[in-house]
Amino acid sequence: MNGGQDLGGQMGFGPVIPEPSEPVFHGDWEKRVLALNVAAGAMGHWTIDEIRHARESLPPADYLSFSYYRIWLTALNATLVRHGFVTEAELAQGQALTPPKTPKRVLKGEDVAAVLRRGFPYQREAQAPARFAVGDRVRTIVMHPAHHTRLPRYARGKTGIVERVSGCHVFPDTGAHGAPETAQWLYTVVFTGPELWGRDADPATRISIEAWESYLEPA
Amino acid sequence: MSGHHDHDHDNHLSPIEARVKALETLLVEKGYVDPAALDAIVDTYETKIGPRNGARVVAKAWTDPEFAARLKADGTAAVAELGYGGRGGEHIVAAFNTAEEHNLICCTLCSCYPWPVLGLPPVWYKSPPYRAKAVLDPRGVLADFGVTLPEGQTIRVWDSTAETRFIVIPMRPAGTEGWSEEQLAGIVTRDSMIGTGLPSVESRR
Repeated sequence: MNGGQDLGGQMGFGPVIPEPSEPVFHGDWEKRVLALNVAAGAMGHWTIDEIRHARESLPPADYLSFSYYRIWLTALNATLVRHGFVTEAELAQGQALTPPKTPKRVLKGEDVAAVLRRGFPYQREAQAPARFAVGDRVRTIVMHPAHHTRLPRYARGKTGIVERVSGCHVFPDTGAHGAPETAQWLYTVVFTGPELWGRDADPATRISIEAWESYLEPA
Repeated sequence: MSGHHDHDHDNHLSPIEARVKALETLLVEKGYVDPAALDAIVDTYETKIGPRNGARVVAKAWTDPEFAARLKADGTAAVAELGYGGRGGEHIVAAFNTAEEHNLICCTLCSCYPWPVLGLPPVWYKSPPYRAKAVLDPRGVLADFGVTLPEGQTIRVWDSTAETRFIVIPMRPAGTEGWSEEQLAGIVTRDSMIGTGLPSVESRR
């Protein structure tokens, strides 16, 4: 969706301002939001792209003004409500008012190290040969879906070169919306600065995206 | 249900602190999360996983050409040799800087960042100015960090739009001949592995 999250190429935000000696967290609540996101996600009821979609569904004015952990908190609450784990009234009161729903899994303290180390790999066995090869010229499709997608606006309808074929990876556009998991070939596609940004752009710049096969057509 | 909820205590919390506390209390009460798991997750990213991991990868690549070749061919497998990998970095690609091209990593759509080797991203990495500008004006981003590239060096920006995560392998600075891997790791800054900085002998800690 063309939400507040799709920031590539927008202007007016001013310079990047690094924070000297930045701490890992800016307050205990940020630590808890990180941990709650990881632990609740480990219940296994939603995909990473479903919760990304919950974040990007915030009204753009909120998305652009909230801190990132506040975005995470807001989206986590919405996702827990949508899946029936909690109610709005329970979130407001901080106590259970309805019986719990049984999660698929609960991440236990003693399992955290192993689960984080293993991670959640996204590569799947290929069901068909790759349509494109390294060196192929490809064009990204033009689309403006209301649903989740990982093809940013600045890279739609642009011609680039396949630099790398990364195997078949879980497809986010449908997986964000409860559809059964599917996978597609994933490619690194490289564009020149002028292809993306026009004739005034720096020709000594190249930009790449990771593009699933259905984002691409031959050029 | 349980009546032990402490509203008096909540009065000392800011609104967002109160919301987070309410959420944690609720999820624990309902049996969805284990408090020990929450503490272990925080401890992991506060004390165990951070940019020193990535610095070890870079220093090894600088001193061991065969490791550098493996890192170039399969980043995930090579960083696993040092014990790194997993959540937030299941698929890793190493982008090697050369005299001809400098690499910069970003995530315009959210906050994708190579957690196992760099830890959690800094606030600026997740914020609109960087996410908006990195792909449009990377030289301007470098200027914001006080970095000017040599004349003629091109820039390659990697937008992390999938679950592949990138780490920049900077060039080894001159003046470090004969240094140990550990000494070298000491000058590899986090920003040099994002591409917004360069390691230098002066950055030795």
